[in-house]
Amino acid sequence: MTGATESYELDVDGRALPVAAAWLGESLLYVLRERLGLPGAKNACEQGECGSCSIFLDDVLVNACCVLAADATDARIRTVEGFGDADHLSDVQAAFLGTGAVQCGFCTPGLILAVHDLLDQVPDPTGLEVREAISGNLCRCTGYGRILQAVEEVKATRSGASGPRGESP
Amino acid sequence: MPISRPTDVTATLDALAASPDADLLAGGTDLVVEVNLDRRRPEHVIALRRVTELAGHDTTDGRLRLGANVTYSEVEHDLAQLVPGLAMAARTVGSPQIRNAGTLGGNLGTASPAGDTLPWLLAMDAEVELASPEGDRSVPLANFLTGPKSTARRPAELITGVRLPRVEGPQHVSKIGPRNAMVISVACFAIVLDTTNRRVRTGMGAVGPTVLRSPDAERAVTQALDWDALTCPEDAIDAFGRACAEATAPITDHRSSAEYRRHAVGVLARRALRRCLST
Ligand SMILES: Cc1cc2nc3c(=O)[nH]c(=O)nc-3n(C[C@H](O)[C@H](O)[C@H](O)COP(=O)(O)OP(=O)(O)OC[C@H]3O[C@@H](n4cnc5c(N)ncnc54)[C@H](O)[C@@H]3O)c2cc1C
Ligand code: FES
Ligand code: FES
Repeated sequence: MTGATESYELDVDGRALPVAAAWLGESLLYVLRERLGLPGAKNACEQGECGSCSIFLDDVLVNACCVLAADATDARIRTVEGFGDADHLSDVQAAFLGTGAVQCGFCTPGLILAVHDLLDQVPDPTGLEVREAISGNLCRCTGYGRILQAVEEVKATRSGASGPRGESP
Repeated sequence: MPISRPTDVTATLDALAASPDADLLAGGTDLVVEVNLDRRRPEHVIALRRVTELAGHDTTDGRLRLGANVTYSEVEHDLAQLVPGLAMAARTVGSPQIRNAGTLGGNLGTASPAGDTLPWLLAMDAEVELASPEGDRSVPLANFLTGPKSTARRPAELITGVRLPRVEGPQHVSKIGPRNAMVISVACFAIVLDTTNRRVRTGMGAVGPTVLRSPDAERAVTQALDWDALTCPEDAIDAFGRACAEATAPITDHRSSAEYRRHAVGVLARRALRRCLST
């Protein structure tokens, strides 16, 4: 690729990762996926519309496709990879699986982070607050019903009550 | 150096003087998307998020200053008491992710006719603060916005914030688009019943080359209002909606027809005025 390049280091999920001679115009989403081999954040639109690339930048939920990677140098980046793995799922991840909120799964990483963001700030959100919190995350498969159910389940589990279906996965 | 990461205004202006064609980067929700879509290829970026003077807000002598780096989320969550109309506008922008990143300075820098902070800022007679090596100046928003996506900002200038008067009285901002989230305005309307100066202030977005106001509509409804009771005769409310719609110069594009835009802004104007009146 021609054009101005830049080398820098990114702090991703607690690891310092070097990025060498990247084109200045590369988004954080591109660098995470294509240069650092972290495919958790998904690329579906590259224009801020779908939320599938959601990540935390210094604890703030943003779309990685709207962040210039070279400007994220001194920020703490957290991706879905930092929230759990196959053996240690976060409660939100487990609830998504348990309720069947995952179909093709493309929207799932972004939604998981959006739901973590919501429930960490507002432990007992109203239905409207949940809908607002995920309004920037598009899902083409589920119709959102199971996703909303998963949120209810985490809410209930975290507040100590049993989930709406009487069990947690 | 392709990217500069200054931490104060002086260093930012130095970087800008060294490369006047550099792209200033705030939240990136306009700029980085343009780059992703291959509409812009930056050779030099000056990243603004570390510039301390661009953050936060302050009030002095009854005037309010909002820093260019203030995000929609900050306006929505922290400034709702201070600038209720702007908080209503901020709540309609994009999605939580966009509101966490997008800034006032970026909305002014992009200067889209559909920029959602602009109608309220126009209604408030906001002034845009600009800094450059030649000194600081402030430009009334109406003069700053010179056309669709064009502004009076000179190449060496940095938008540092906006200044506005503190105004008492009810305010309302609403917009129309195909859904409740993640839409660019088809029409946007801001109204402030300035009870201190007994004057109705308005701003209209997405219905002209820049945001507009209708001095005639403002004057007529200012006279028709009962300022003590905060009531207004029905026929004056209707006339207000019509006069606002007549003052627009909308275009037809993929989002809407000009006719719909004009109609919609008249409806928004009546509705917004009613919201501000006591019932
Ligand atoms: C999915 C999506 C939804 C959106 N929805 C809305 C919406 O509902 N309403 C709306 O109004 N907008 C919307 N936008 C557009 C955008 O979010 C806003 O215009 C936002 O305010 C841009 O701010 P930013 O900080 O991200 O700007 P950036 O992208 O960083 O910059 C935008 C422009 O302003 C310039 N600039 C930034 N800061 C300064 C400064 N201090 N001095 C001089 N120039 C500067 C930049 O050089 C650039 O040209 C949306 C965008 C996306 C991607
Ligand atoms: S890929 Fe970033 S929001 Fe769609
Ligand atoms: S599960 Fe397929 S997009 Fe949501």
